[in-house]
Amino acid sequence: MNWFKQKSYPRFWDVYMSHFSKLQEQNPKAIRFVVFDTETTGLHIKNDRILSIGCIAIENLQIKVADQLECYLKQEQFNAETVKIHGLLKQGKLTKIEESEAMERFLAYIENAVLVAHHAAFDIAMINNALKRLNLPKLKNKVLDTGHLFQKTKLDTSKSHFSLDELSKRFHIPLHDRHTASGDAYITALLFLKLLSKLNTNSELTLRHLERPNNRVGLI
Amino acid sequence: MNTIAERIYDYLKAFPPFNLLNREQLLAISQAVDVIYLEQDQYLFEIGQSVENHFYVVRDGAIGLFRANESLVDECDEGDIFGLRALLRQGVYKLNAKAIEESIVYSISSELLDTYITTNADASQFLMASFASNTRVKSADNEDFIDTLNRSTEYTYLQTADYSKNPITCTPNTTVKEAAHIMTGKHVGSIVIVDKAKPIGIITDKDLRTKIATGKYHIEDLVSSIMSSPVKTFPENITIAEAQIAMLKNKITHLCITKDGTNTSELTGILSEHDIIVLRENNASALIKEIKRSHSAKQLKAIRQRTEQLLQRYLEQNIPIDFVSRLISAINDAIAQRIITLELLQMPTPTTTRFAWLAIGSQGRQEQLLLTDQDNALVFEDVPKENHEQTKTYFLNLSKKINSALATVGFELCPAEMMGSNPKWCLSVSEWSQQFKRWITTPDQDNLMLCTIFFDYEHVYGDKDLVNQLSESIFNTIYAHDIFLTYLGRNALQNPPPLSFFRQFLVEDNGEHKDQFDIKARAMMPLVDAARLLILSHNIKSVNNTLGRYEKLAELEPQNKDIYQFCIESFKNLLRFRTEQGLATNDSGRFIDLESLNKGDRLRLKRSFKAVKSVQELIKTRFKLSQLL
Repeated sequence: MNWFKQKSYPRFWDVYMSHFSKLQEQNPKAIRFVVFDTETTGLHIKNDRILSIGCIAIENLQIKVADQLECYLKQEQFNAETVKIHGLLKQGKLTKIEESEAMERFLAYIENAVLVAHHAAFDIAMINNALKRLNLPKLKNKVLDTGHLFQKTKLDTSKSHFSLDELSKRFHIPLHDRHTASGDAYITALLFLKLLSKLNTNSELTLRHLERPNNRVGLI
Repeated sequence: MNTIAERIYDYLKAFPPFNLLNREQLLAISQAVDVIYLEQDQYLFEIGQSVENHFYVVRDGAIGLFRANESLVDECDEGDIFGLRALLRQGVYKLNAKAIEESIVYSISSELLDTYITTNADASQFLMASFASNTRVKSADNEDFIDTLNRSTEYTYLQTADYSKNPITCTPNTTVKEAAHIMTGKHVGSIVIVDKAKPIGIITDKDLRTKIATGKYHIEDLVSSIMSSPVKTFPENITIAEAQIAMLKNKITHLCITKDGTNTSELTGILSEHDIIVLRENNASALIKEIKRSHSAKQLKAIRQRTEQLLQRYLEQNIPIDFVSRLISAINDAIAQRIITLELLQMPTPTTTRFAWLAIGSQGRQEQLLLTDQDNALVFEDVPKENHEQTKTYFLNLSKKINSALATVGFELCPAEMMGSNPKWCLSVSEWSQQFKRWITTPDQDNLMLCTIFFDYEHVYGDKDLVNQLSESIFNTIYAHDIFLTYLGRNALQNPPPLSFFRQFLVEDNGEHKDQFDIKARAMMPLVDAARLLILSHNIKSVNNTLGRYEKLAELEPQNKDIYQFCIESFKNLLRFRTEQGLATNDSGRFIDLESLNKGDRLRLKRSFKAVKSVQELIKTRFKLSQLL
């Protein structure tokens, strides 16, 4: 009956898991956030593949340019349609690595950081599927979605979905390097800091507060 | 690969001192930047807080540096650096840094500064100069003249010392006699003994006196036996202050300058105590002393030319422009005073009639840094009717002499004859008062123009009391005809902010200066006119200078302080641009070729227009001009 026995995972996964032994810090100033973005062959989370991952860290609410990760992945799958968006060719000049290596680097980089992405569900699902292909469990990190955080500001309730372009324009963030994973991660990081200061009216903002769904009603 | 660092690199490379670094150095800095977001009114650091190990560059927005009493010391815009001084001083912050608008700031660690910037001669020179410019000379209303000049010495200290770049050298196996011949031939007081271009010792006149003439050594001995060795070496960017300290500390009179500042690198120059004295001679107080001692317009001309060099050097060193303009005005005034004194002695008979010599227009406002046309006028006391003609003739003759002497110095005669030698501008107190009254009560286009020139007069020589009488009568007339201010207001709004709808500069579309930007008419005059109008509306007589006027206004109207501070900053920038342009193109600097500006300058220029806009809005509302326009 060995299905009760815990599966054995590669060492890098154990290292990654070891970062979660401590209690989650709640004060945003003390949290390491990793803002990330993925460029993919398409929008289908099962069939499409990650082409690049860009990450940048925020500590003490400052963007740490030195603490970043940028990698390009080798993928069999190729979609001529999305090349126009991200500009990543199948045979580009960029140094590409295997998906397995990318995941290993990604996990080693993020540790127990709180992950932040715009419409994070998609990027998280893409990463989780890549992990699944390596027979690994899902990400354990807490996740914040800048789309969701914008809803919480109640600055514009006319619709429930705002693109990164729309929000960048609204918050006067210059759109450099849009549609490169790192460029989008950086734009998202700025957006995240701006959203935090909008939400941080009582200066006692906690991670728990940020995670709370914005339409939650009832007794607290 | 770090796309974000590349973007930061692209941004920083447009601004000094980063533009002076090579690609690897700047990329290394860019890779280690922290990016900080600040909401409006959020503090980056506060007074008393211990100094962070970082300095800052504004990426977007604007950061204000404030004293404890909330007075603005400096406003940093895109590309501006701040927090450096604190970093060098350590301890606690002495100013508050607060976001004036929503801002993004790059924070750079001091280790990077040490590694890449202070080791780069050009970059550290820039930082040194920027310290000088960041020390805003806060102008008290009547800052003492001497005080200003003392300060000039202080600034001189921050300048890089100008050492002689062709040091006289010889090898160690030269005899003392040969060395003495070389020194005599080259008229120098020292010789450096070099081994493969590296300085190993030095002999000065003093060594020849104490070691040879005393008989201790023979003149056929080798220089190596009497030279002082090893030598003290210093880097090429040594400042005057550092050089003087080094000389005092080591009790030496000559410093060897080497490529990297150590005695194992190539000798590139020698700096003597004499070089430093010469440099200091050239500063402003020395010039003023010379003016007072001079006896002819020709001598004064030579001094005025040296003033131009001084001006150029001050601008290169980024010395605050308001300080520079006060200094140049002081020199110009001293020249005019000296000329009048000399010309009075030349008159066939001395006069007992009281009179005053006035500078008008930009000279009256003390905003003329370049040599331009002279604009002046003369006022004399009222005399009995029968003596009037005679008196007027006397002063017209005097004025003619003064005008032509000023022309000899380099202030060309005014083509529009706005000069004391013109019978229209050489009048008695009551004639002047009548004239002003006519202009004020019939404010047509021409008269308004004359008001804008003659209202900005400054007493240069003679009886101050006459000038006060004149001011008194002007204010009384304005008080009785307050509609005049409305006309003056309309006049002040004739030049709207010089940005078109597409946020582009408005340039001249025809004529000789096609596609150039008229900085005087489009940016400076609107600020000058606004300041004059507002200060007149407050009944303030004594302040003629535009910067001084805005400072006074900020004090009188605390609610509009921000706008006036903004105008001050903008006007300083414009004055600097115009002066630099004038020196570069050897003209009045009025027309600027926009292509010649770098990105930072353009941003600064554009910002000035925002000041024009805000002060014009204020005038529009205050003088209810929106219906009139």
